[in-house]
Order: sequence, then C-alpha cells, then structure tokens
Amino acid sequence: MRQKKKALVVTFSATSDAMAMERYCLAHELPGRLIPIPREIHAGCGLAWKTEPQEKEHFMSALEDAGIRWEAMEVLELWG
Amino acid sequence: MIYLDNAATTRQKPRQVIDAVVNAMTTMGNASRGAHGSSLQAARAVYDTRCKLAKLFGCSRADHVIFTSNSTEALNIAISGICNTGDHVISTVLEHNSVLRPLYRLESEGVISLSFVSADKQGRPHMGEFESLIQPNTRAIVCTHASNLTGEIVDIAAVGAVAKKHGVLLIVDASQTGGCVPINMEAMGIDVLCFTGHKGLYGPQGTGGLCIREGVQIRPFKVGGSGIHSYMKHQPEEYPTRLEAGTLNSHGVMGLSAALDFLEETGVETIARKEHELMMRFYNGVVNLPGVTVYGDFSEGHQRTAVVTLNIHDYDSSAVSDELSECYDIATRPGAHCAPLMHHALGTVEQGAVRFSFSWFTTEDEVDAAIAAVKEIAESE
Repeated sequence: MRQKKKALVVTFSATSDAMAMERYCLAHELPGRLIPIPREIHAGCGLAWKTEPQEKEHFMSALEDAGIRWEAMEVLELWG
Repeated sequence: MIYLDNAATTRQKPRQVIDAVVNAMTTMGNASRGAHGSSLQAARAVYDTRCKLAKLFGCSRADHVIFTSNSTEALNIAISGICNTGDHVISTVLEHNSVLRPLYRLESEGVISLSFVSADKQGRPHMGEFESLIQPNTRAIVCTHASNLTGEIVDIAAVGAVAKKHGVLLIVDASQTGGCVPINMEAMGIDVLCFTGHKGLYGPQGTGGLCIREGVQIRPFKVGGSGIHSYMKHQPEEYPTRLEAGTLNSHGVMGLSAALDFLEETGVETIARKEHELMMRFYNGVVNLPGVTVYGDFSEGHQRTAVVTLNIHDYDSSAVSDELSECYDIATRPGAHCAPLMHHALGTVEQGAVRFSFSWFTTEDEVDAAIAAVKEIAESE
C-alpha cells in the first residue's frame, strides 16, 4: 500500500454533482481528482473529490461561487 | 429505399453518432459505478450530455436532466410521479398513446379525473379550452408539442401562460419536436419536458429523457441501484439519481451526445427550415391531385412539423402504404399512428391515414419520387 497522508475530501449526494465539481476544477485549474468515497465518511459507494488539506477555504468559496451541491468536507488520513 | 417515416424514427443518422456508439462500446465502463478511468469516462460523458440537453432545451439545471429509454418511459415517470389521488388532469385529443395510456390507467384506478381539449377537423386544438377546463383540483396539463399525425404544433408558450396563471404544472411531450423546433423550457413555461433521442435529435433508439424545472418534485417510478448511498433503504432524493435506478444506457447516451453536437453545428432552425421546404414541396405536389385528401393546416405562417398525412380516395391506408413500399420502395406509416383521439377528430378512424415525414437527410429527388408515386396510385382507380 502507498503511504498515508492527509487529504481534504469533498463528498456529494449525486454523481452529477461530482461531475460538475470535476468540470469546474479543471476549468479553473484547481488541484485534485475523483476517488471512491472513503469509508471514514460513509460506507458504500460513490465519488469524492480529493485535494490538498490547505485548499479547504479556497474550495469552500469556489463551491459556493459555482453553485455546486456538496455533502461533506473533511480532512482525513488516506492511503496514497 | 426512400425513407419517409422519420416521425417514427430517423433512419439515417450522422456518421459521428455511429462512431460515438462504437467508441463507447469499446472503451467505456459503467457510469457512477466506481472511480477507475473507464467508469469516470462514462460518468463524464453522461454528465456532458446532460449539459448539452439542458442547453438545447433551456433547462436551468443539468442535474435535472434525467435519462430514460424513450419518451414513453419519461412520460410514465412524469405522469405517475406527479399526479395524486383526487387530482384533475387536462390533456388534448392530439396526444399519442404514450400520454393517453398512462392517464387512462390512473383514471381507471380512480386516482385522477380527465378532461380533453378538443380539435377541429384540421386537427387544430381549441386553445381557449385549456383555461375553460381548469378546475380547483387541476394538478397538471399534459400536452404534446406537436401532433405525430398531422404535424400541428401547439402554442406551448400560450398553454404555459395558462398553467402558470392557475398554478398548474405543464408536462410537455416533445417527441415530435426535439431537434426540429426550438424549445426553451423557461421561456415557454414548461415544468417537465419529455423527449426521445431517436427522432429529430438523430440519436440511437433506446435514448430519451425528461428535463425538470427546479422545484418540481417527481416520485420515482422505479428504485434500485444508484452507485451512491448504497446502505440507504430508499432511493436517494437528489435528481438525477432519484429517477435513474439501474445502469444507464451510456453507450446510447454517447451516440446522443454526438447527435447533439451535430444539431449544434447544423442549427435547429436550419434543420427546421430545410424540413419545412421539403414538406411544402411534397404538399404542393399532392394537394390538388384528384382523389387525394390532405389533413392539417398548411397555410403560410402556420406552425407545423415536417409531416404530410393523406388518404387516396377511400383506399385503406394500409393498402396504400404497402403499395408504396412494394412497388415504389417508399417507406411511410399507415393506420392509427397510436393517436386514436386525433383520428376521431379528423374522421379517419376506419380508413386510417398515410403519413409522409421528412428529415434533414431527405432529398428533393426523393420527395419528387414520392409525389409521382402518389399521383400514379391516385390515377389508377
């Protein structure tokens, strides 16, 4: 396994919101990528956006500006 | 073959639609079912198509574009998911069975009562009835944008104004107009727009959907796998997941996406203009032939889709269509066209009618050949 390190994880209540997030981040050159939702947030399946922890404030305002619905935003210790 | 049954399905598709489906079937995974590259590729393609459809139809939110297998499924979802016990619903005699049968079923189950806006002998709806039929318990107006039988276009903006004035939801069947006629949900006051992918949008069969105005709540028609919130006992509430249980037809959606690119490059108004010219060429070639009866209003400026429906003498429409197919290799549609109330209005229940419908890919030579065929059949009495 890869080493664990801290990451900011944003989750969504619908895949279309995750897609909107990815599209917005690519268009605005915001860092991160889509990952399977980590069990620390909730078990099951779905997509989450993973990025650097220091980006939290930046992302909160970006999501608000873009009008993208998100469910939870947490800093977690994740593999890789 | 000369294919003039485009109101049933457009047989000729843009090359990029076929290429897109092949590409999807060789590379794509399941949308919203994982975070590996193939799944994400499918999820991105599906979301991209939602965005294109929202733009095409003037839907304010891409995540309120729901994919179904056709407009019949979309209409079933909208009608069954909006109507409640005791509601009254207004529809029209122009409707296809994809609207009528879901409504009749709810009526027979004692859930709703129904009223229908009537039409004249040319199939034009009596527009004043949309308002006069409103009752205190009217929940929705379910209305086609255009008759699949005569091509008559309903002034949806006027219906939308009546619906808004009385706080009634407007559900529109755009099966015959999506891709052929400009549509803007916001401007026309449409709450739910149901569309199919395989007709004027030039996508594959098995694609379609509904666009929902923000704030309109529709109960799920089916529930099941969603790729998200798997431990919840009920279907997630958020659109589009709420109405999209099960694996999507992402391969078909990719074809539809390529078709939407074709529409954007070509222009819906450009397509409409060409189809109208082909229709009028055919109409002018047959309307004065002895023994030919054409149905519908073709007067200048009257809004209609590229359909000409006719009968020859008192011949069975099925026999005429069969002769066109067997002797001239021309594909048309006879019979009732799943539009029983419209045939009652036109007085063609017994005879049916022969429908000629044109597309962007129809040529003037094909139209002229069809005119010549009709002339020969009419003169061969």
